Amino acid sequence: MSDKINLKIDNIAVSINGGSTILEAARKINIRIPTLCYHEDLCVAGNCRVCVVEQSGSDRLLPACAMPVSEGMEIHTNSMKVRNARKQIVELLVSEHRADCTRCYKNGKCELQELASEYIVGENGFIDLVAHKGYTIDNFSPSIIKDDSKCIRCQRCVRTCDQLQSISALTVAHKGEHMKISSFFEKPMFEVVCTNCGQCVNRCPTGALTEKTYLDEVWSSLNSDRKHVVVQTAPAVRIALGEALGMPAGEIVTGKMVSALRRLGFSSVLDTDFTADLTIIEEGNELLHRLKKVVKDKDDSVKLPMTTSCSPGWVKFIEHAFPEYLPNVSTAKSPQQMFGALAKTFYANKIGVEPENMVSVSIMPCTAKKYEADRPEMRSSGYKDVDYVLTTRELALMIKQAGIDFASLPDDEFDSIMGESSGAAVIFGATGGVMEAALRTAYEVVTGREVPFENLEITPVRGMESIREANIKIENVLPEWDFLEGVELKTCVAHGLSNAKKIMEAVRDGKAEYHFIEIMACPGGCLGGGGQPIPTSPAIRKKRSEAIYAEDRHKPIRKSHENPEVMHLYEEFLKEPLGHVSHKLLHTHYTERNRY
Amino acid sequence: MNQIQREFHLPTIDKLKQMKKNLQRLDLIFKNEHDTETILKKTLARSNDEVINDLISSGLKGRGGAGFPTGLKWKLAAEAEAENKYVICNADEGEPGTFKDREILSSVPHKVLTGMAVCAHIIGAKQGFIYLRGEYSFLKSQLLEIIDDFHGILDECGVNFRVEIFMGSGAYICGEESALFESMEGKRGEPRNKPPFPTDCGYMNRPTVINNVETLAHTYSIMKYGPEKFKDLGVQDSRGSKVFSVSGDTPIPGIYELEFGMSLQKFVDDFGDGDSKAVQVGGASGFCVPRKRFEKTIIGYQGKLRGTSLPTGGSMMIFNSSRSMYNVLHNYLDFFVEESCGQCTPCRVGTQQLLLGIQAVKKGEQPSVYLDKLLDLAEAMRITAKCGLGQSVANSFSSIVENFREEMIY
Ligand SMILES: Cc1cc2nc3c(=O)[nH]c(=O)nc-3n(C[C@H](O)[C@H](O)[C@H](O)COP(=O)(O)O)c2cc1C
Ligand code: SF4
Repeated sequence: MSDKINLKIDNIAVSINGGSTILEAARKINIRIPTLCYHEDLCVAGNCRVCVVEQSGSDRLLPACAMPVSEGMEIHTNSMKVRNARKQIVELLVSEHRADCTRCYKNGKCELQELASEYIVGENGFIDLVAHKGYTIDNFSPSIIKDDSKCIRCQRCVRTCDQLQSISALTVAHKGEHMKISSFFEKPMFEVVCTNCGQCVNRCPTGALTEKTYLDEVWSSLNSDRKHVVVQTAPAVRIALGEALGMPAGEIVTGKMVSALRRLGFSSVLDTDFTADLTIIEEGNELLHRLKKVVKDKDDSVKLPMTTSCSPGWVKFIEHAFPEYLPNVSTAKSPQQMFGALAKTFYANKIGVEPENMVSVSIMPCTAKKYEADRPEMRSSGYKDVDYVLTTRELALMIKQAGIDFASLPDDEFDSIMGESSGAAVIFGATGGVMEAALRTAYEVVTGREVPFENLEITPVRGMESIREANIKIENVLPEWDFLEGVELKTCVAHGLSNAKKIMEAVRDGKAEYHFIEIMACPGGCLGGGGQPIPTSPAIRKKRSEAIYAEDRHKPIRKSHENPEVMHLYEEFLKEPLGHVSHKLLHTHYTERNRY
Repeated sequence: MNQIQREFHLPTIDKLKQMKKNLQRLDLIFKNEHDTETILKKTLARSNDEVINDLISSGLKGRGGAGFPTGLKWKLAAEAEAENKYVICNADEGEPGTFKDREILSSVPHKVLTGMAVCAHIIGAKQGFIYLRGEYSFLKSQLLEIIDDFHGILDECGVNFRVEIFMGSGAYICGEESALFESMEGKRGEPRNKPPFPTDCGYMNRPTVINNVETLAHTYSIMKYGPEKFKDLGVQDSRGSKVFSVSGDTPIPGIYELEFGMSLQKFVDDFGDGDSKAVQVGGASGFCVPRKRFEKTIIGYQGKLRGTSLPTGGSMMIFNSSRSMYNVLHNYLDFFVEESCGQCTPCRVGTQQLLLGIQAVKKGEQPSVYLDKLLDLAEAMRITAKCGLGQSVANSFSSIVENFREEMIY
């Protein structure tokens, strides 16, 4: 199939591997064919028909996204026949879509709107179908709003939920005029297996699936004199925020982001990276503790493999799909929630603010974090630990609303005592990063030496391959860890929940033996999170990933346990990892959930 | 003639008998023959190429609607390389006005099974299915018994092939071959992108021959009587006999096996009530022919024939002058609006727009020129829809709107 095929598109010759599609061939020679249901991350659906093209000698038009090239084809992407058909298809989609553009959250960012303006869909289109349908909006979820009246049935969300995430919370229901995207028995999203990962939101071309926004709440907190508003920013925000503000993918904008947050009026601009380092200390120690119980004490009430717990989409997934493995999930809270719990206790105390007067906001690449902040367990400070979660996209919107010219902002530094971080925390934003960070610390705790990788870069756990394994032999240990001498630590990293499912099935079926598994719900890890700038693609995620590892390389401190502010926190407040205070503030438990 | 007959223009019993007698009915498929084993043994003794060449030279085309040459289909599947292949008999019979496959399966199922078995032998399939329309579940137990007996015959002939029945659940779209595979695989009945075609990648992504019930029954006749006898019937590209489901304004509705390629005028003369104003050839997805075109229209596949030739899965609906063609079209559009799988834009939204559009014109909410916009839309649907359903809505829509425009407006 890989022999070269020669064809002509708009009279330009192109040669491409057999098995490629007309769309791919056209892109190769920079001819843009409009698409809607097509998405680089997903299998081809060929259902919107916006990409139809004409083949000389054939009566019907062909879908460029689904049609393989063949030798000698002559394709026309801009003939009268094609333009007419395309315009009608766009008109049809508009007639089915509540085209309330000026009132829409996706105004200016909607792919249908763009096509409608390109094809000048005017007044004399088709009859409006929306009025007949009695649509309702599902806004019960803390993370995702689903508005069927704006849905154009491209099924990107359905394919995302099924193929990338193996969840199928969203599926197609009914047929004909009643066909729609729905959930199990048409229950609201928050009642079904939806993990809130927001990958569907990230791929929805219109305003049918959007994040639930908390901008108004945050603005009014900022405008209230009585409130001290602290903000934390997740590692993956700083390498993607620029994209939503007109910069190329892969730009590191940490300093500008901090400046912008100060300009927006946040009282303390702090860093989730700080608690990422803290997570490593707690979670790394938990892993060692579990290893000790299992290897040395032969205590079979303690479970291995241990899995990470910082991805709230993953946590909700395992609660639904593999509840029998909940004891295997690290009890350490995610960095966001550790931060929240400390902000309204340790930090509030430090800066002399009453916790009830503190508003804790987080900027996350993630929609599931909105859900996580809402979990009833996440109130260990006695208040809601994190009040509002904004996505990277929402922060970009705030910056625009405030009239800030982001690109020209000077760099600024995070505030102190919960703003310092190591390179290990930065890489939390990429798949494999938590594993690498944990290994950097745990290996050193056990052996007293740095991990045996050049420049601390544990390359086997890096990359974008869907499932990666790495075994690290532990040798010449410190005396108190003698039971680990010669043990080969078996680790596994997976991103995207369909890969998580594979791993868990392998574990369940006894086909895989690991000590430690890192799972991130989203493709690429947090850098590809559901709250990140749209669009996403493998190439964009690669750029973001490169930016993350570059940031790590340039950090003066590379290991979590060397973060001075974290060390200070232990000395002054927590006393010891897995200690009494940690238990109260930094660890949590999980809940078995329904299977639908 | 009694009072009621006069009032409702009903023909007398004698007239009916006379009409039926005058018909030039053929008796190829429905001839009751019980020589399955002989035909099987005779055919299996020949080479695959010989059998396929017979099918090709007979000119047999698929009777499910699309009219693909059956011999070629088997040949392609035979050439495909794969461990597992399948033969599927499409008995979903969902086209409005079609009910002939039911009759074939009730009266001569062994012919269909023989066709399947020979096909399986040629392409190398061990498993076959009859995809039976949900509403035909009453046929199931009887068919299962016959299949059981048939398996005995296969064992005697040394053919390693088994047939199962798969019950459809009522969606018209599941008669479309790739949607049918999806449905059998336990998924939503949505048509796939083509290529790949079923002979390469069908049920379970394996090479699959899928044929209509009638097509398979015809292969039996060809095996038995040879391709010449089959080819002697019909005209040009439309060979053999065809089973028609005749309904509507006819005194003699029912199932008739007739020679392919007759003119519509002859058909109406034989079946009409003397007042036929239009005939819908091929069901909701077929064409509506008005009286003035009866003479020039041939029932058969487009070939080198002069005039128009219209293919058909067998549905022939006759309308007399008491019928409102607006209502007829409305009815078809209701059907499509409901039965579109809803996956692709032109069909899902287009069908709704066509329906709302003719309603709006009728009510005066849109000017009559809106019909032209709708005709353009139907044409766009024809060339852009993903599968045969959406592609063929234009057939009935345009032929009715163009020929009965006043009825749409006033
Ligand atoms: C919407 C739709 C419905 C169809 N329904 C049927 C059906 O009920 N029975 C059938 O034999 N073919 C049906 N077909 C045609 C099949 O896709 C396929 O072409 C046929 O089964 C092939 O058999 P043949 O070559 O023997 O005609 C349908 C096609 C479409 C597009
Ligand atoms: S044409 Fe209609 S039935 Fe066919 S795939 Fe498209 S929506 Fe489904």
